[in-house]
Amino acid sequence: MSLGRREFLAWGTAATAGAALAPVISLVELAQARSPEEAASSLRRWGLLIDITKCADCDECVTACHTENGVANNGRPRTDAQWIRKVNLRDKRTAVAQTLPLMCQHCEDPPCVDVCPTGASFKRDDGIVLVDKHTCIGCRYCVMACPYGARSFVHETVTGQRPDVPRGKGTVESCTLCVHRVDRGDAPACVEACNRDGGKAMLFGDLNDASAEIHRRLHAEPSAQVRADLALDTGVRYQGL
Amino acid sequence: MTPTQFREIEGRSGGFFALLCTLVLLVLAGLGAAWHMEHEGHHVTGMSNRIVWGTPHVFAVFLIVAASGALNVASIASVFGRDLYKPLARLSGLLAVALLAGGLSVLVLDLGRPDRLIVAMTHYNFKSIFAWNIFLYTGFFAVVAVYLWTMFERRMNSHSARAGLLAFVWRLVLTTGTGSIFGFLVARETYNSALLAPLFIVMSFSFGLAVFTLVLMASFRGTGRALGDALIARLTRLLGLFVAAVLYFVLVYHLTNLYIARHHEVERFILLGGGIYTALFWIGQVLVGGVIPLALVFRPGASRSRTAAAAGCVIAGGLAQLYVLIIGGQAFPQALFPGKEVASSFFDGVVASYSPSLAEIALGTGGMALALALTVVGLKVLPFLPQSLSDAAIDPAET
Repeated sequence: MSLGRREFLAWGTAATAGAALAPVISLVELAQARSPEEAASSLRRWGLLIDITKCADCDECVTACHTENGVANNGRPRTDAQWIRKVNLRDKRTAVAQTLPLMCQHCEDPPCVDVCPTGASFKRDDGIVLVDKHTCIGCRYCVMACPYGARSFVHETVTGQRPDVPRGKGTVESCTLCVHRVDRGDAPACVEACNRDGGKAMLFGDLNDASAEIHRRLHAEPSAQVRADLALDTGVRYQGL
Repeated sequence: MTPTQFREIEGRSGGFFALLCTLVLLVLAGLGAAWHMEHEGHHVTGMSNRIVWGTPHVFAVFLIVAASGALNVASIASVFGRDLYKPLARLSGLLAVALLAGGLSVLVLDLGRPDRLIVAMTHYNFKSIFAWNIFLYTGFFAVVAVYLWTMFERRMNSHSARAGLLAFVWRLVLTTGTGSIFGFLVARETYNSALLAPLFIVMSFSFGLAVFTLVLMASFRGTGRALGDALIARLTRLLGLFVAAVLYFVLVYHLTNLYIARHHEVERFILLGGGIYTALFWIGQVLVGGVIPLALVFRPGASRSRTAAAAGCVIAGGLAQLYVLIIGGQAFPQALFPGKEVASSFFDGVVASYSPSLAEIALGTGGMALALALTVVGLKVLPFLPQSLSDAAIDPAET
């Protein structure tokens, strides 16, 4: 097929425009990335989608989380902090067994934030629920309020802290959705480990971003929230529950 | 009615110093326990990630609830105009302040970071009922202080009724706030009920009056002042009424839960199969805290030892009630996945184990000792106690 002069010009113009726009588009992407000084934006809502039909009988997510965040095991299971745990379910009538990871569900309306007297428990604009380690007085009211048992009280002196993850005896803590990694543009440690060494059951992304896979799947496939009856609009969703 | 004469207690006897020394030693033991818990971390207590509020909270909530209830005696005089209770109003105010100070001390010293009290005083989240309570507690001190001032200062006597009304309203709001700390917890089967606010109010009436009656009888006996039978009989009957009211609210609370299918398991836990919590509910809360005091109070023929025994039972039963509510309420597993059996390394789905440590008990009793020590010192430095409350000294028409 031979190109006429007119077609050649049209294609040439399009190609030139495309070549010229490409860096602009990547510049736009760059401009949209968060700098360390920039505040979290409410345009985003970070979340997880966990397909428990793929959740393997492993605890790669738990190990990765606790390694990443310097959460040590002191051999005291009743008081050791657990930011994420594997929960085994068995239906009372049918005895069907399932397993899933459970952590802070990063609620849109978090009860822990409501009850915190000092405002140390807070939700970032992008939906990540955190504890300000400077203003937590260790009253544990948030632990009482959390429907998911997601929060731990630091019962003893902390050793081996990670530079990105402040912790402290006498304060409350929970899953931060690896906020330090998310702000760098990475996925949480649990998600990375699950997709590398586990059942590839966890997906992380921006629930508000129409182009994100998590958005696409949540809009195309059925999913559920834990204790949906509480109407907390969780950022963590499950499939196969 | 002749004006009541008030006088400080002498406070020079061996018995007085022995009492004060015992109380100070208990307070020091409590402080030592708090230092130990703060220094080592809470893993040295019986508390865990499942039972985050332990025995210190039982004592602290008891003292705070009893504090607002102890003020009732003054309210009956100034708000409801019963002159019989007027001579008791000063002691009522003193006990209210002392009990609240004891309770708050325990609460603060049990924090993970008690050194950050200043943060709690400067950072507020007004959606938190806890933050509201910080205002309600500090405000209570101020309101009762003003109320006491209007009672002590002759020029201010005319404002006493208004100050009393304010104090009465404040205390009702305060106890509503304390009950709502639990009532507003949406995720716990055992709490999460608007009924907890009025339940806490009647509990405060009952616990506060029990403490007040015991302190009144002990202080009059210790100082050799006359205390008439008429007044004791009136306080005893009132205590019986409050005990019955607490039982009524507890009955309604459990009947409501028994009607709702999703609460059946928690009711089975508290009422039937909850081990120590079931035992404390039936033997401690219902029998010792309710049935026995009622039998003692309403049996014909009055006796002081019976009144004292009834008040003691109400206090013991009250502590049992709060233990069942606070610790039993946490021990029962949260409903994470209704309809499924749940198991995890976090002890999901099973009843959490808890046994109070010595440090926790020492901190709690230290708070009680602080409340009593403050009362004893208060009685010595200011004229809180009437010189006589004999039947002849109080209005016979009222009796």
